[in-house]
Amino acid sequence: MTFSYKNVYLGDTVTICGPYEKKGPFRRYFDKVYDDFYFGEDSFEKGEIKLVREALSMILKKVGKKEVDLVIGGDLLNQIVASTYGSAGVGKGFIGIYGACSSSALGMLIAANFIENRQVESALCFVSSHNLTSERQFRYPIEYGAPRPNSSTFTATGAACCFLTNQKTKVRLECATLGKIIDYNQNDPNDMGRVMAPAAIDTLKTHFEETGRVPKDYDLIVTGDLGVYGKEIVKEYMSSVYHMDLNDNYNDCGVMLYDLEKQKDIHAGGSGPVCSALVLYSYLYEQLKKGKYKRVLFLATGALFSPMMLYQKENIDSICHAISLEVV
Amino acid sequence: MIFFVLDKLLLVKNMRDLKYEKIANSHKAPEKKFQNALIAFFSGGFLGFLAEGIIEVLMWKFELSRMISATYMIVFFIFFASLFTALGFFDQWVAKFKCGLIIPITGFAHSMTSSSLDYRTEGPIYGIGSNMFKLAGSVILYGVLSAWFFGTIRYLIGVIG
Repeated sequence: MTFSYKNVYLGDTVTICGPYEKKGPFRRYFDKVYDDFYFGEDSFEKGEIKLVREALSMILKKVGKKEVDLVIGGDLLNQIVASTYGSAGVGKGFIGIYGACSSSALGMLIAANFIENRQVESALCFVSSHNLTSERQFRYPIEYGAPRPNSSTFTATGAACCFLTNQKTKVRLECATLGKIIDYNQNDPNDMGRVMAPAAIDTLKTHFEETGRVPKDYDLIVTGDLGVYGKEIVKEYMSSVYHMDLNDNYNDCGVMLYDLEKQKDIHAGGSGPVCSALVLYSYLYEQLKKGKYKRVLFLATGALFSPMMLYQKENIDSICHAISLEVV
Repeated sequence: MIFFVLDKLLLVKNMRDLKYEKIANSHKAPEKKFQNALIAFFSGGFLGFLAEGIIEVLMWKFELSRMISATYMIVFFIFFASLFTALGFFDQWVAKFKCGLIIPITGFAHSMTSSSLDYRTEGPIYGIGSNMFKLAGSVILYGVLSAWFFGTIRYLIGVIG
């Protein structure tokens, strides 16, 4: 399931983030940073909606357009409310997607197919997540101090948006691999790296098989939000089972987004749809534009976790989609 | 041990999963279980020590019976756990002092206050009213149930004896 594209380009990006991401190493690459979790609204959910709204208006201003053809967005909330409320009034058509933390790559893949088939000329893809809204959604009440194990990840706060177009720019979306649902009998909601690593492995393997490439063909391979331990699992599994060496050019956005030495409450790393998007649309996009990286493989990993199904004794499934970006 | 192994084998469906389990287990996040237990032991113990102190002071200063003083002490703890939760630093204390603060009555108060704080945005009925006991509900239900169960046993023993 790998698609190659001839004329899909990454026009521009916008990243907005919250207080924890601000303390991370990519502070200067973000377009806007906030110091609190309310973003001037009276509830966290409304705050997340505001972030999306702001990111969309910022990107329209940045690319100098009043309107785009297609808007694709996703987030973690029930009925993806941050995306639907946040993007109201933008674009001629809207697609809401749910791929958990893999939404960023999934949205880009769908938009790229539309553009490649000349059905639309330009598209906006955005994702958002909010640490405290997802705490409410998936875990405990915000002020409840349940001790967290070291394997747990921290949902990133922010909204990230990219503009895809058929007009030539410096960075090209060159191919993408659509992943499938993976079930490796994992059921620990506090260790998402372990849940999602099999999906990353599967999509990596599929991508290399279908394109005939090897890891060395990429300057950098990044996974979405596997965290410190999930990253090691992917590395060892790929080398011991498929004999692919990822030691030199592999990293994980969840590990990159925060300063894990100083920010102890992040535990194993960042997570959430926006975690991988924040790294790709800010730091990695800058590096691609500068020409430091020529070709980057971006794998957004998502744990399709529902507390309800977990209490009904079902496993946590995962999915991963890959996008390859190349400097023209 | 044998049950543990059997359990693992039944859970894991096939060789692929077994192989993955093996690799994943070698990259497990280290947990300081013993240290956490020790912290919880001392923080919980300190809370007990504090509670006993309050009871003694109440008995001595206000000449109350032990039972009445203990009730006041519980009210005192519930009040302060709720207040500190509302002020926003009780969860940080729990992160530091581990389950020493969750297991006693302070944890119960904390769970109720944090739930109601969380759902205040959905209003007094659909928010606070329907969700206040989200975490504490199980404690109340099974607390009452086991009280009834053991009360019955005690009564029956009394009847027979």
